[in-house]
Amino acid sequence: MSAPKTPRARAIRAVQYLVLLAAILVLALLADWRQIGVTFFDPVAIAGQFPGVLSTALVNTIFYTVLGFAFGFPLGLIIALMRMSQVAPYRWLATAYVEVFRGVPTLLVFIALGYGVPIAFNARYDNWFAVMLALGLVGAAYTSETIRAGITGVPQGQVEAADSLGMTRPQAYRTVIIPQAFRIVLPPLTNELILLAKDSSLVYALGLTIDEYELTKWGQVGLTEFKSLTSVIVAGLCYLVLTIPLGYLSRYLERRGTVAASRVRKNTANPA
Amino acid sequence: MSEQPTQEPMVRAEGVCKHYGRLEVLKGIDLEVAPREVMCVIGPSGSGKSTFLRCINHLEKVNAGKLWVDGELVGYRQHGDKLHELREHEVAEKRREIGMVFQRFNLFPHMTALGNVIEAPVQVKGIPKAEAKQQGEDLLTRVGLADKADAYPNQLSGGQQQRVAIARALAMKPKLMLFDEPTSALDPELVGEVLAVMRGLAEDGMTMVLVTHEMGFAREVGDSLVFMDGGVVVEKGKPRDVISNPQHERTQSFLAKVL
Repeated sequence: MSAPKTPRARAIRAVQYLVLLAAILVLALLADWRQIGVTFFDPVAIAGQFPGVLSTALVNTIFYTVLGFAFGFPLGLIIALMRMSQVAPYRWLATAYVEVFRGVPTLLVFIALGYGVPIAFNARYDNWFAVMLALGLVGAAYTSETIRAGITGVPQGQVEAADSLGMTRPQAYRTVIIPQAFRIVLPPLTNELILLAKDSSLVYALGLTIDEYELTKWGQVGLTEFKSLTSVIVAGLCYLVLTIPLGYLSRYLERRGTVAASRVRKNTANPA
Repeated sequence: MSEQPTQEPMVRAEGVCKHYGRLEVLKGIDLEVAPREVMCVIGPSGSGKSTFLRCINHLEKVNAGKLWVDGELVGYRQHGDKLHELREHEVAEKRREIGMVFQRFNLFPHMTALGNVIEAPVQVKGIPKAEAKQQGEDLLTRVGLADKADAYPNQLSGGQQQRVAIARALAMKPKLMLFDEPTSALDPELVGEVLAVMRGLAEDGMTMVLVTHEMGFAREVGDSLVFMDGGVVVEKGKPRDVISNPQHERTQSFLAKVL
């Protein structure tokens, strides 16, 4: 940051630093550090988390997230294509789908799939399957909108070029439109993966065996076991280990994508 | 010009009309392009010249009138008196014989120059990749870009991109090439290299219809010159005649502005 130019600006900045310093001092003096340490950073509780928090909880969180994405992404692609279909009922169906699954809480979907559907259809399935369905169904609603934005973001001139070469619509989609749309949607898609990772915590509503615990449930159980919030802190840190790199990846892809997209626009924009 | 009166025209337009809502863009175009003919279409913007070009390969649907390419109706099949619209894949099949070059190149940005050229032959015609590559390299050599085969469009100048676009269209071995203001988006110093490639094509006997503002090219390379205004063909003739001795008042005033 550049140095303030006028004496007045310098004074204002000095005041801001002073206020910050005062706040830190007051907190440091008033807080009961021993109590805070025991509550949040209890060494016994920390030791008690390992290795399960990694070998079970973190692994399960990743597992549920990947399951949800593996089901949700293809479904989202199908819904995006349906939303752009020439057949009106497909468009209506897809629109209704997106509205419903974007509009209801994910927890509700988990409960419906964990308890409602098995009873209604007399179907029995494991929790991992319910997680895949619930996360996938909700994720697909968001993913489809992202993909649709990506596809409509491909310049019209690209479609015309594919047409003029005699490509059929499926060929044009496969070789020209989807690869370019993919570059546009990669950053927002990464963000959706982060949301999915966090939403996988809602699986607690299904009632889990110890082997099925994911990070949030693990941390929650640690609360009662160690009489300390430490397990929640550990679980939170584990989430951050997952989500912060994804966030950086998203921003990196975004920067790269913006450059690519501006090149596309420059090459193919049609001002006429 | 090598036109023979008995020969079937490569392009025949009869009363071609096109409108967008209430806006009439083409008000009955009658034109014929002979095989090996180079026809240049000029006219003010909004005269419908690009729209007409895009009707020839069915990027725009004709609302009335008929268009034939090499004796075949464009976009429709005739059963007795009735016209049936062709299916999407049938339209695609016919487009393979017609190359098109756009004002803004429209190269595929995620493919190299060679990738752009071989994509359609491989995908659409099913030519083995090795063979397509060989042909693609030959085509890039023909447009003077043999050394740019691995370059991506954003690494090429506008003139180079447009030459790749021409090679891409030629890769489908078309019998007719359409050029939609191919040099209008280029910096002046890059126009020449693209025109040189087009001149070479014309000399090789390619049938070409091009919408252009390059009067010099039209005069030297064109076999015929068409002046369009307000959705109709105002004047047509040998380029030299139309340019030096325009018959119609609208042609005179347009030429006075561009020459």
